[in-house]
Amino acid sequence: MQRSRTDLWLLRAGQGLIALILLFILLPALVVAIASFNASSVLAFPPQGYSLRWFKNAFEYRDFQIGLWNGLIVTAWASSLATLVGTTLAIVIHRYEFKGKRLLEGLLLSPLFIPHFMVGLGLLMLVSQLSLSRGYAVVVFCHLLLVLPFVLRSVYVSIHNLDPRTELVAASLGATPLRVVTTITFPQLLPGLAGGWLFAAILSFNEFTASLFVTTQSTQTLPVAMYNYVREYADPTLAAVSVVYIVTTAMIMIVANRYLGLGKVLSVESR
Amino acid sequence: MQQKPRFVYWFLLPSTLTAFGLICAMLAILQYSVRSYIPGSLEVGEFTLANFHALLRPLYASAFLETVVLSLYTAIFTLLIGYPLAYAMIRAQRAWCRSLILIVAITPLFLGEVVRTYSWIIVLGSNGFLNSVLMGLGIIERPLRLMFTQLGVVIALVHVTLPIMVLMLAAGLSHIDRAYERAAISLGAGPVRAFMTVTLPLSMPGIIAGTMTSFAWTFSAFATPQLIGGGRVNTISTMVYQLGFSSLNLPFAASLSVAGLVLTMVVLWLAKRLTNSLERIGGH
Repeated sequence: MQRSRTDLWLLRAGQGLIALILLFILLPALVVAIASFNASSVLAFPPQGYSLRWFKNAFEYRDFQIGLWNGLIVTAWASSLATLVGTTLAIVIHRYEFKGKRLLEGLLLSPLFIPHFMVGLGLLMLVSQLSLSRGYAVVVFCHLLLVLPFVLRSVYVSIHNLDPRTELVAASLGATPLRVVTTITFPQLLPGLAGGWLFAAILSFNEFTASLFVTTQSTQTLPVAMYNYVREYADPTLAAVSVVYIVTTAMIMIVANRYLGLGKVLSVESR
Repeated sequence: MQQKPRFVYWFLLPSTLTAFGLICAMLAILQYSVRSYIPGSLEVGEFTLANFHALLRPLYASAFLETVVLSLYTAIFTLLIGYPLAYAMIRAQRAWCRSLILIVAITPLFLGEVVRTYSWIIVLGSNGFLNSVLMGLGIIERPLRLMFTQLGVVIALVHVTLPIMVLMLAAGLSHIDRAYERAAISLGAGPVRAFMTVTLPLSMPGIIAGTMTSFAWTFSAFATPQLIGGGRVNTISTMVYQLGFSSLNLPFAASLSVAGLVLTMVVLWLAKRLTNSLERIGGH
């Protein structure tokens, strides 16, 4: 029974390794949670006392309030536009051949490999050359470019899983191509679109590097406000913001996993 | 393919406009990169190649080197940590195990660079969690210097790129038919040998995709090298930011990022050639 003992040993070692890696991933979140309840304004472990003052501070800080509001506006626009652009493109790419198809697709996927700071810098320069004002529009467009590849990927997966026969049936019953798309293709894509939209919204809400270049004092999003805070102050207020962030995000993820099936949205389900 | 109905053109309009905007932004950078800098002004001067010439100075050359080294370390360590995790996620017997690993591994992707970097500052600082625990246990006497070092930046960057690596690896692993592995085991291979000779080579596409994406992500990371490196770890992204916002030298910031993009392309192209030849050696 030599083999099965080795197998068991391997399994235990593997489980231990996985537990360690999961701990590595969770460690910063746990430490930040401890720090956020620290009563003293200096970071120290273990904390000398506990209080909720940093949470109060975080919710009352003006820049965070403005940042949250700006972030929600930008996220709503950017993720909705990305879903619109991504869905229309994915449907056309999937069903028709046209000139420049690969080029268009490649261009829109390229922000995956172009550094974010470059997208931000480029838009900043474009806006200043055209003498436009740096308002919400440029921030929204910037986020649209950055989240679009993820939406495209998610819509492709849904289109791929679609049964093409339903479209053929509708067409053979006399529906025009546009009608097929709006009444057959689109409704079946909806769950995938919801997943893609959510994915885009979370990424846009958290986007930082490019936002730093294209936002101004009045359009700064929450991550930019947080970055500016950490450069000026060293108290645990940001730990409190981080805890709110982590808890909200984890809850969204758990709900999304329950109702949308994250594995399917991200296409990592085992066969 | 079928005759194109009219709505196709309407459907192409949003994506074409978006792509057009992206092209314009990239052209704007290219144009700025060959303009001269007028100190104290946001206006740019005449056409010149001086910006690219200035990139040869040791300060910028070392930033390029630092960026490549950081990206390499990060890609390697992320792969080493990400592979077992992705493997466990795909192969776990119980559904709750798979969900747990998926959620824990993926959630950091949605936390943004600032929150994660800040968390690592609290962990790695000289009064931080790690040093307090190690000193409390009597393992070390003086705090380890992790902040403002390359090691600290790499630790945080591995944490930042891990989720995307796990996603790419898991997507690759989930497409491997387990029958191959069972065949190897039924022919007498041990679990280690079956893994090394069957599963690992078959998961090569996922490994390549994950490593390249991780490389590109690290290349564009800004908050982590800026805050944890604290000015002592200079990467292309931190240099571009300093030039653009502290010195307001936008033309030079533009040429630095153009050079950075070219470098990314070259590295990714080299990686692709290398992996192609590896596949040819490993293939049949």
